[in-house]
Formats: sequence, structure tokens, C-alpha cells
Amino acid sequence: MKKNTHINIDQIRNDFPILKRKVNGESLIYFDNAATSQTPQLVIDSIVDYYSKYNSNIHRGVHFLSQEATDAYENSRVKFQKHFNAHNSYEIIFTSGTTHSINLVANGFKKILKKNDEIIISQLEHHSNIVPWQMLCEETGAKIKVIPINNNGELIIDEFEKLLNSKTKLVFVNHVSNALGIVNPIKHIIKKAHEFNAIVLVDGAQATPHMKIDVIDLDVDFYVTSTHKICGPTGVGILYGKEKWLNKIPPFLGGGEMIDQVTFEKSTYAGLPNKFEAGTPNISGVIASGVGIDYLNSIGLEKIYAYENELLEYATRELLQIKGLKIYGFSAKKTSVISFNVGNIHPYDIGSILDKFGIATRTGQLCAQPIMDYFKIPGTIRVSFSFYNTKEEIDEFIKALHKAILMLS
Amino acid sequence: MKIKQIQEEIIDEFAMFDDWMQRYEYMIDLGKSLPLIESKYKTDDYLVNGCQSKVWVRAELVDNQIVFKADSDAIISKGIIAILIRVFSHHEPNEIIEANTDFVDKIGLKDHLSPNRANGLSSMIKQLKLYALAYQTKINDE
Repeated sequence: MKKNTHINIDQIRNDFPILKRKVNGESLIYFDNAATSQTPQLVIDSIVDYYSKYNSNIHRGVHFLSQEATDAYENSRVKFQKHFNAHNSYEIIFTSGTTHSINLVANGFKKILKKNDEIIISQLEHHSNIVPWQMLCEETGAKIKVIPINNNGELIIDEFEKLLNSKTKLVFVNHVSNALGIVNPIKHIIKKAHEFNAIVLVDGAQATPHMKIDVIDLDVDFYVTSTHKICGPTGVGILYGKEKWLNKIPPFLGGGEMIDQVTFEKSTYAGLPNKFEAGTPNISGVIASGVGIDYLNSIGLEKIYAYENELLEYATRELLQIKGLKIYGFSAKKTSVISFNVGNIHPYDIGSILDKFGIATRTGQLCAQPIMDYFKIPGTIRVSFSFYNTKEEIDEFIKALHKAILMLS
Repeated sequence: MKIKQIQEEIIDEFAMFDDWMQRYEYMIDLGKSLPLIESKYKTDDYLVNGCQSKVWVRAELVDNQIVFKADSDAIISKGIIAILIRVFSHHEPNEIIEANTDFVDKIGLKDHLSPNRANGLSSMIKQLKLYALAYQTKINDE
């Protein structure tokens, strides 16, 4: 049965100026959306608007421009509060990106963790979600436990439940794997972790572009993402944290804005959210991110998910017709990401040829070496679709892929 | 033949092709004639850093000339290193160190020079020149 997705693809494509670009003489086909999404004109306009009309530092000036900029910045916070259904706007902290958000939380737990405490992470993690915990463990003497994956690339939940015990203090999983696109059962993971009073941080960088997140329904303690994957500009991250946890962890960076009183003996910290937003933030970026999330919501994430799923199913079907092609990651619930290899051809070779055809893909380890080690491969080619991609683009990609295979075999 | 002459020879060969696809096919063919590094040297010690695919290179000094051998697990990288070795192998270290490498631009490989290219052509050139520099230092010391 054909789904009625109601996406006006021509109109949507018109919103993204970059889609009209030629690359290597060919029309750009952008299939690297999992790395960053493209930016609609109105988000670009909002950045120009900010610098043309009300560029000024926020939260300090009594003057008109500063108040206007502060209002727009704080308005963006409220937009994300509503989008994620957080109780309070101050539970939304703006950072420079997902990596910054994760490091902020990891740093916050330095004083809370003790020797032999345990942190559970998954084998599906992005490097940015492994290294901060390793650093944390080096400093605190805590230990990392890893949730293994099965041959389909899914987390083995039974194994996760076996890892939980009274020493488990933190659980870190991604909502969706960046390398395979598999949607993890985070609601269940959160529920089980809470039975042992463990705190859960979810990396939502690969989930937020495709689905609506409700932090209250999930009962998640921390949820992080980057707005450049949801039509915003680069350099802005979101950290949602439950108020009680945000109050418990210390500031990450010291500086202006995050303090209340400063004497040379002792400074007292400002309340939420300023405690975590030291220095002048990325004001134009935060405001533009708010415009980006409004744009995404104006189309509707449900429609986006349904349309992207159509693209995913179509591309998967077409790809599987190619002899020797292997897709990594199978699950009933996947986002529009396909990681694959063709026979013994190196992913780099295929990626280079596709690039010559104007097709942007990602090749290599995808910042997820543990997954590649599991499958014993040097890397994969990853294509990831967004709601502005089309079946016609997938057809062009399949044609180019056939040519690449012919050249490389 | 001097390095410069070999480079001109390669530029002429690539000029015969009308489009990138033919150039890539030719480059892939050149990879098949690459003097292969012995498999015992295909270890991390001989890997070129900064490559998405694996590229191993080893150099020996034979009659005061450097002889390079290499291999790669990716076909395009193998073609690229084969071209570089055809240019740089069997020359005295000083000639290699001083050689200009503008020719890569002229044969349509400029996009492999970007710092983003995980299989940086520039890393390979740097590695070959480092070998030359090491041997030149050794010769000067003797």
C-alpha cells in the first residue's frame, strides 16, 4: 500500500539553495545527511538578519539591540524546550555541539563517580561517545562495560540487562547508530537503568532529524544533539538535562555569564541555564537553529519519517539487486541510513568514483571503529537520505554505482 | 630520464583522455604495474599516515639511487602511488627532495590533494620525500 506522505518535494527542494549546485560538472546529489543536513534559505536569512539588524551581546546590555538579541536567543531556547517537551526552558543548555554536550556531562561526573563504579556504553557508539568516558574512567577509576551487538548490528538487550548492577552509575547509548542507522530501544534501556538508579545519557544526534523526541515520555536524564543535523547552522549543540541533575553537576567552563558573584576568594555560580553557558555564546547560530527547528516542524517530523522511510525501502531494494553487495545493519526500525560494501572493493574507491559523479557519500570507519572491527571490515560506504532527497536521485546513484563497480572490478 | 621528463611524459599520456573516467581507468591500470612491496613489509611501520585506505611504502638505496616499492588495499590509491613511484623511483635522493610536484594538478588529480582527502596524495608525496631526505642525510654522514 502506498503511503500518503503529502510531502511537496519540489517546494522543499526550492528551500535549499545548495541543491542547485553542480559538483564535478554534475548536479549535486547529497547523500551525506547523517554527517550534516543542508540549510534552508530562511535559516541562512536569519543569520544575515541577525548581523544586519541586531548583532549585540546578550544578557548584559541595557540597550535596545542587546535586549532584542537576548529575546531572540531565549526565544530559541523556548522553541527547543517545546520541541523536546521539557518541563522548563532552563533545562535546555546551548553548547557548541553534541561532543561538547557529552563532554560537559562527563566532566560533571568526575566528582560523583568513585573507583570501581561502572559505566555502560554500547558497541554502536560514535567515537565522541567513547573517548570522554574513557577519560572519565582514567580519572575516577570507574570501569567501562560494553553492550554487545548481534550480526544485524542490533544491541543485545539481554546482555545489557546482565551488565546492570548496583555499581552501575551511568548508561550512555545513542538513540540511533550513526554508522548503521538502527534505532535503539532507549525507552526500555532507560527504564531498566533506572531500576538500578543509574543515570542515562542518550546521544540523539542521529535521531532528532527523523523523529520527535519527548524527554518526559522517555524519562531520560540527559539527551544531546547538534542543530546542524536538523537544518540549523554548524556550531550549536543542545543539552537537555533534568533539572535535578543539571543542578548536581558543576560547570564545565569558567567565565563570563556563568557566574553570580565573583571575588578573588570565591565565585558563586549562576543558576540554570547560564551556569553552563560561559562566555559569549553562538548567538546567531542559536537563533538560526530555532528557525531551523520551526522549519522542520512546519513540514512535520511524522511526514518526514514516512517519506524518508520510503526512500530507505526503495534504495535498500535497489541496492540488494547488485551482486556481491552487502548491507550492514538490519532492524525493523531504522532511519534512512544505509551502510554497505560491494564484494572486496574498498569503500574509499567507490566513494571517490561516486564523488566524480557529483554524489556525496561518506566512506571509511564513520567514527565508529568498534563496529567495523566487529564486522572485520576496513569501513563502509554510507548513504543517508533526508526529506529533500528523491527517488530520481537514488536512481542516478544506483547508475553511478554500477559504473563505479565496473571500473573497479 | 630526469624526474621532470618523466612527469612531462605522464602529463602527455593523461592529456590523451577526454574525461575523468578514462583518466581514472588509466590510473587504475597503472596500479597493476606497481612494483609491489614484499608482503613481510606490509606492516604498520611502512604505512603512510593519514590515509583512509592502507598504503604501504618502502625505500631502498641501490647504487645511490632510491628504489621505491609499495602496495595499497584500495585500487585508486594503488594507481596514485604507482604514478608517484614511476616519477620518483630510481633517482638520487637530492633530485627527489628538490622535485616539483605540480604535475599532479595537470593530470587531473588535484582533488586528491585536499587536506580532507583521507587518502591524501600529499601524504604519499611527503612520505616519499621523507625517505629521500633520510637517505640523503645518511649519505652526507658517511
